[in-house]
Amino acid sequence: MVKEVMTSNKAVAEAVRLAKPQVIPVYPITPQTTISEYLAQYVADEKIAAKYVKVESEHSAISAAVGASGAGVRVFTATSSQGLMLMHEILFAAAGMRTPFVLADANRAISAPLNIWNDQQDSIAQRDAGWLQIYVENAQEALDTTLMAYKISENPDVLLPSMVCLDGFILTHTVEPVEIPDQESVDKFLPPYVPEHAYLDPKEPMSIGNFADPDYYTEARYAMQVAMDNSIEVIQKTCDEFAEIFGRQYGLVEPYKTEDADIIFVAMGSLCSTIRVIVDQLRDQGEKVGLLKIRAYRPFPVEAIKEAVKNCEKIAVIDKNYSFGIGGALYSDMKVKIDKEIYGFIAGLGGRDITPEYILEAYEKTKVPEKDVTWIGLKEE
Amino acid sequence: MVSIGCVIKNPGNSRNNKTGSWRTFKPILDKEKCIDCDNCIIFCPDGSVNKQHDIDYDFCKGCGICANECPSDAIEMVKE
Repeated sequence: MVKEVMTSNKAVAEAVRLAKPQVIPVYPITPQTTISEYLAQYVADEKIAAKYVKVESEHSAISAAVGASGAGVRVFTATSSQGLMLMHEILFAAAGMRTPFVLADANRAISAPLNIWNDQQDSIAQRDAGWLQIYVENAQEALDTTLMAYKISENPDVLLPSMVCLDGFILTHTVEPVEIPDQESVDKFLPPYVPEHAYLDPKEPMSIGNFADPDYYTEARYAMQVAMDNSIEVIQKTCDEFAEIFGRQYGLVEPYKTEDADIIFVAMGSLCSTIRVIVDQLRDQGEKVGLLKIRAYRPFPVEAIKEAVKNCEKIAVIDKNYSFGIGGALYSDMKVKIDKEIYGFIAGLGGRDITPEYILEAYEKTKVPEKDVTWIGLKEE
Repeated sequence: MVSIGCVIKNPGNSRNNKTGSWRTFKPILDKEKCIDCDNCIIFCPDGSVNKQHDIDYDFCKGCGICANECPSDAIEMVKE
């Protein structure tokens, strides 16, 4: 085990090196680019025995990833924002073909207006593709989650691809100390991928990516929902196994001071670090407040959320995305599944900092609500 | 029960997929009117007409090309 100071992009690249993928098709895009650069260097330096496929677009990157994963090898790709939008079509194919590879998405806003800074609209817009989505808070979590994502995706009860979502710039370009696990422990945790459902073997020919008429399509899609349901337990089990070997415990969600809280913040990603500081400040002032960090957004961990919020009165959901005509995506999902008084707040779009003042404003507006969904920090003419 | 990811491990299995279920109109051949020109055999895109001009309804999708190409109007398209 080595401790180094690095960005979350480097942490993801380190995890990929340790996971030993055999094929890496990546197309660079800000703020993901350094992931593709680190991996290109690792392949050139023979630190990873992988084929690095140079492609001409993100559509090709993910198409190559699906093809390679369907041939039965471990695959990694990464992208961001417009790149993920260009992958949209193949994201659905990857999930439907049950190709269990991992994609790191450096969360960035979507054009127009053109913007390279962080919010979570890009991955949220892909939430219905059938991918597992896990949002991380810091560089260590980015490394650990990338490793766990392979084990979760490749589980025979799951076999769905995973998206590791890390906030662009806030995580991808800031440095933190990160523990890099040793190869031996990672090999023990994550043995080579042994495909059973789809692989390339001339002695046993098969075709993948097939056509399915109305007699078969519904059942094929339902099987994906069963896999999604299975993944809840698999994620928790994988987190527990990871904790045993590496000593860091993760879960589907991460509650902070929620047990006796009257109001609980719900959020995803790096924003949770800021909220935790505010929770402590408010606690010092005698306010009963907590934070529920959602790590697994898909599958949506309904039971874990219900357990964490069971004692609270109100919930304040902060979304760094927006579904026009209704509200934030996390807010909407919470409203559908959790029977509590819930308010939605939109903040941090296109890289605007979510300051402590914004979080305090959300807190006050949850105590004395004005409307269901509030855009925080909106500049008025 | 579909396989995981709809992977097909028994190649050449399209014979098992009876595409005749897609049909809306069914071609009925009147062998009295048939002049053995074999147009229906030649033009059938699914190879569903044999040398005796018997139509294989397991795979005929009811496209009606045979009826259209028949010079003696021996094939009638009848709604299923």
